[in-house]
Amino acid sequence: MLDMQHIIKVYRTDLVETHALRDFSVTVAEGEFVAVTGPSGSGKTTFLNIAGLLETPDGGRYQLDGDDVGTLGDDARAGIRNQRIGFIFQGFNLIPDLDVFDNVDVPLRYRGFVTRDRRARIERSLELVGLAARMRHLPSQLSGGQQQRVAIARAIAGDPRFLLADEPTGNLDSLMARQIMDLLAEINRQGTTIVLVTHDPELARRAHRNIHVMDGQVTDLKPYAARGAAPDAAVA
Amino acid sequence: MLGYYLRLAWLSLKRTPAITLLMIGAIALGIGATTTTLTVYHRMSTNPIAQRNDVLRAVTLDNWSADRPWDTDHPDNAPAELTYRDALAIAQGAPASRLVVMRKTSLTAEPGAGRPPFLVVVRLATHDFFPMFDVPFAYGAGWDGKADRDGEPVAVLSKETNGKLFGGENSVGKIVRLDGREYRVIGVLADWQPTPKFYDLNNGEYDTPEDLFLPFALGATLELQPAGNVNCWKPETLAGLRDLFGSECIWHQLWAELRTPAEVERFQSYIDGYVAEQKKLGRFPRRINNRLYTVDEWLARHEVVGRDSRVLLVVSFAFLAVCVLNVVGLLLSRFLGAAGATAIRRALGASRGEIFRQHLVEVGLVGALAGIGGLALGAVGLTALQQLYSSYDRLTQLDLSMTLAAIALAVLAGLLAGLYPAWRICRVQPAGYLKTQ
Repeated sequence: MLDMQHIIKVYRTDLVETHALRDFSVTVAEGEFVAVTGPSGSGKTTFLNIAGLLETPDGGRYQLDGDDVGTLGDDARAGIRNQRIGFIFQGFNLIPDLDVFDNVDVPLRYRGFVTRDRRARIERSLELVGLAARMRHLPSQLSGGQQQRVAIARAIAGDPRFLLADEPTGNLDSLMARQIMDLLAEINRQGTTIVLVTHDPELARRAHRNIHVMDGQVTDLKPYAARGAAPDAAVA
Repeated sequence: MLGYYLRLAWLSLKRTPAITLLMIGAIALGIGATTTTLTVYHRMSTNPIAQRNDVLRAVTLDNWSADRPWDTDHPDNAPAELTYRDALAIAQGAPASRLVVMRKTSLTAEPGAGRPPFLVVVRLATHDFFPMFDVPFAYGAGWDGKADRDGEPVAVLSKETNGKLFGGENSVGKIVRLDGREYRVIGVLADWQPTPKFYDLNNGEYDTPEDLFLPFALGATLELQPAGNVNCWKPETLAGLRDLFGSECIWHQLWAELRTPAEVERFQSYIDGYVAEQKKLGRFPRRINNRLYTVDEWLARHEVVGRDSRVLLVVSFAFLAVCVLNVVGLLLSRFLGAAGATAIRRALGASRGEIFRQHLVEVGLVGALAGIGGLALGAVGLTALQQLYSSYDRLTQLDLSMTLAAIALAVLAGLLAGLYPAWRICRVQPAGYLKTQ
C-alpha cells in the first residue's frame, strides 16, 4: 500500500543544511497498524508529512497504492489527501470558529459530497467516537480528549484507507491516551491502515509493527511480536 | 460552495470585529468619495434624450464678427445661438420633419385669492418643442401650429408651477394670470428633469426646465423681454426690444428634427443657401460655417462635463486606490494571522484554488458591506454639495444605476485589495503550521 524507497529530505536555510531523511525505505501493507518511534529530531514527523503528501521528498520513490505520488503537483496531492488519507495531529488542529459538526464537515466539503451524505457521515463518525451529543459545541467547550476524538471523527468521516497519526496522545493524560488508542485500534480492526508516530514505547507496543527511526534512517523494522510481545494482547 | 464560503467569511469577519470595521471603513470612505464625484459626473455627462440623439440637431450659423471668432479657444465653433430674424426665417422655411425656435423670458404669476405673486421663468417656443423633446404631460397637451401662428394666449405649466397655482390638480382649461394678462392652461407637464438641460445650454446648463411655456409668437406681439443671455458683436443702437429683434445679437435657440441622412443634407444645404443669400445683403462677414450637432455633439461642444469635474473624479479614484492599498495590508496580516486554519484545510484536502476562492468571497463580502457604508457616506457628500451649490440640486441625486455601480465598485475594490493576500494565503505549505497549532 505505502512503499517508500531511498527517500531523501533535506531542509536548507542560508546557514544550515539539515538531512531529515536519508535513504529512508519502508513499506506498509494494507490493514497494518504501524508505530513509528524514535527520539525527537530523528525524522518521524518528516516521514509522516511525506507519507501524508504534506511535503515532497528531495529524492527517492514514493508509491501509494501503486501510484507514484512523490512527484505529483500540489492540487493532485491535495486531492489524494482528501480522498485517501486521514490525519490526526498532536495538537488536534481543530478550527476554533467552527463547531464540532462543521469541523468534521471540512474534508467532506472538499470531497464534494451532497448535504445528506455529508450529514450521515458526520453523525456516524461522531457516534463512533462518542460525541454525537456534542455536535454544536465549539472546540473550546471540549476537553483535550474530546477534541482529539473530534479530530479522529474528522479523519475517518470520509472513510480514508490510510490514517496518519502524529503523537495523537501527546497532549493528553494517560486515561485519555488509553481511550484514544482504544479508538485507533478499533478503527484499524475495521480495516483502516494506521501509521502512528510516537515517542512513547508503551503506545508503540499496541501496534502490529514498530519502525524505529534514528538520524533520518530506519534502524529497526521488526514486528513487535518478534521482539517478544503479542500484538493482539497489546492491541486489546 | 458559495454559501459555505459566505458562512466562513461571516465567521471570519466576526472573529476580529475591530479589523473588520477598519477595513470596511477604509473602503467605504473611498467609495463615499467616489460615489459623490461619480454621481455628479454621471449626471453631468448623461445624454438626457439619448433615444432621440440621432434625429435631433442643434442649428448654428456663424454670423459673428469678421475680426474675431465667437470662441477664440475654438475658432471653428459658430455661435451657440441665433439672431431673432435668422431663427425665425429658418424656422419658417427650412425643410425639416420638425423645427423649434425658442428663447427665455420671465413673467410674474398672479395666483389671486390673496396669494402673493411670484416670478416664473418662461420658455417661449414653437409647438414642436414638446414632441421633439419627448416632453411628458400629466394633463392636456401642448399647442398646435395654429396657436403659434395666431399667437394664442395658451400656456403649459410645469408640474411644480401647477402645484403652486392649482394645488397639483388637473388645471387644463383654467386661467393663469401673467403680468396682468390671462392665459388658458392647455397642458401640465409630468415630472420632467432633463439633466443637463440640453436644449438651452447657454442659459443655466444644470437649471431645472422652465416654470411655464408659451407660444413663441407671443414674445414678439407682447414684446416680452429676454431673460437669458444676449450676446452681441456689432456696434448697434439698441433702444428697445424692436431694435434687438432686428440686430445681430444672438439670443435664440434653434433645433431641427431630421430623421434621415438625406434630410440632414437637405437642411444643411438650405441653411448654407440662406447664409449665402444673407451675405449678399452684407451680413455674415465670416466664411460660411453652419453646423448641425447631435445632442451628444452639442453636450461635448459645450463641455458640460467641466475639466474640474474630471480632475475631481480622478482624484476620488486615486483616493479609493489609497484606501484599497491600506486594506491590502490589513487583509494580508489578517489572512496570514489565520494561516493555521488554512493549513488545516489544505491538509484535509482543500486545493489552492478552493482556498483562493474562499478568501476572495471574504473580501467580496467586505467590499459589499463597505459599499453600503460608502453609499451612506456618498449620500452625506451629495447632501453637502446640495447645501453648498444650489444649482447642483439635480446633479446630486443618487439614482438606482449609481447605487448599483457604487456597490459593484466596492465589491471590485474589495476583490482587488484581496487578490494578493488571497494568493499569498493559498500558497501556505500546511506542514509548517500543523505542528505549531
